Amino acid sequence: MEVLELRQVSKVYGSGATEVHALDGIDLAVTAGELVAIMGPSGSGKSTLLTIAGTLEDPTAGDVLVAGADVSTLSRNDRARLRRRAIGYVFQDFNLLAGLTAAENVALPLELDGTGVRTARAIALEALDELDVAEHADRYPDDLSGGERQRVAIARAVVGERRLLLADEPTGALDSVNGEGVMRLLRAACHRGVAGVVVTHDAQLASWADRVVFLRDGRIVDQTTAPPGPESLLAPGPSR
Amino acid sequence: MSVRHALLALLTEGPKYGLQLRQEFEARTGEVWPLNVGQVYTTLQRLERDGLVESDGEGEGPQKGYHITAAGRHELNDWLRTPSDTAPPRDELVIKVLVAVRLPGVDVHDVVQVHRRRLVEAMQRYTRLKADAADDDLTLGLVADAELFRLEGTVRWLDAADARLRRLAGAAPATTEATTEVTTEPAVQGHDVEVG
Repeated sequence: MEVLELRQVSKVYGSGATEVHALDGIDLAVTAGELVAIMGPSGSGKSTLLTIAGTLEDPTAGDVLVAGADVSTLSRNDRARLRRRAIGYVFQDFNLLAGLTAAENVALPLELDGTGVRTARAIALEALDELDVAEHADRYPDDLSGGERQRVAIARAVVGERRLLLADEPTGALDSVNGEGVMRLLRAACHRGVAGVVVTHDAQLASWADRVVFLRDGRIVDQTTAPPGPESLLAPGPSR
Repeated sequence: MSVRHALLALLTEGPKYGLQLRQEFEARTGEVWPLNVGQVYTTLQRLERDGLVESDGEGEGPQKGYHITAAGRHELNDWLRTPSDTAPPRDELVIKVLVAVRLPGVDVHDVVQVHRRRLVEAMQRYTRLKADAADDDLTLGLVADAELFRLEGTVRWLDAADARLRRLAGAAPATTEATTEVTTEPAVQGHDVEVG
């Protein structure tokens, strides 16, 4: 089932001589259980695409559907509820609140949505446990390593009934082994039934996705076809 | 990759048969680099000719046993410390991009994108191999990473080439200038581009 659908989405900033077409006629559908990577150079429109998919920004033209709902028809409140309930965000700099513990950070979106404090904490602990950081539940972000902070951020993004996971360069400044850990977690979260979109300029990160979409000057110029299984690598090829 | 030295390394563990050497080689490279039987026997014959291994003189083909000699151990130790690939290989992908820059009616950015996509698809396959492997499968992790970093290096070169060509096209659309600029770039770490 399609969890995210962009139909002919365009975004223009400024006007007249300073007009910038950040996105131009984007068609993109992401189904439940699928992780899609958006790859492109700086200024190709990757982050704009993500903020529009996350309903944080409106397109100039076109439709955005999240979990079947046309975002443009939603009231402000309904849209905020959609963001809290259905969409999880993972940012490059983690964006954890420094004054809250790991568990409180993860529980926050649930509490904002009306879940009782105790229930929210129990669900948060479960999410932290799934990401192997349950023992850090009562520590503050400043006391955690970069890798641990990012795990907490992912727990916050997938906690509850999230349907869509959006990540902007989610491995930040992590080294390649920790970065790989983050991508493993995002991939696992998606394969449990969430639709995921990760934007990156890094081909290694993108290669964790089921599908890689190439963005250039605000347009989708190409995408990978469903790759054959890894067994295709085992066939004897030309010698190096 | 030196099959010759990989076989010597396996023989440091004790005498082995040809077939056993092939199976152990594949197992220890995470089966990412398959060998054919012919390669194994030809290499063993050459090693024997050079005095680096000795056969036990019994059996034929897969049944023939080999052990490493003192000269073989010496050769292996030397090889481990010898720098690899000092001369840059001629990279077919670089040549294709250089040709595409000059060829009328060809959009070099399209050519770049075709290769970028194929490289990323190959990376997806290696990443999936790694993702599906057991956490403690060190060999497969190391071998898959080696291929991934190699492929990523080529993707990054394509990104840089693309950006350089666009910048030049924006500044001065003369094709010959673009070509001159690109040809002055040092050769990238090369490998076969036919990855798909």
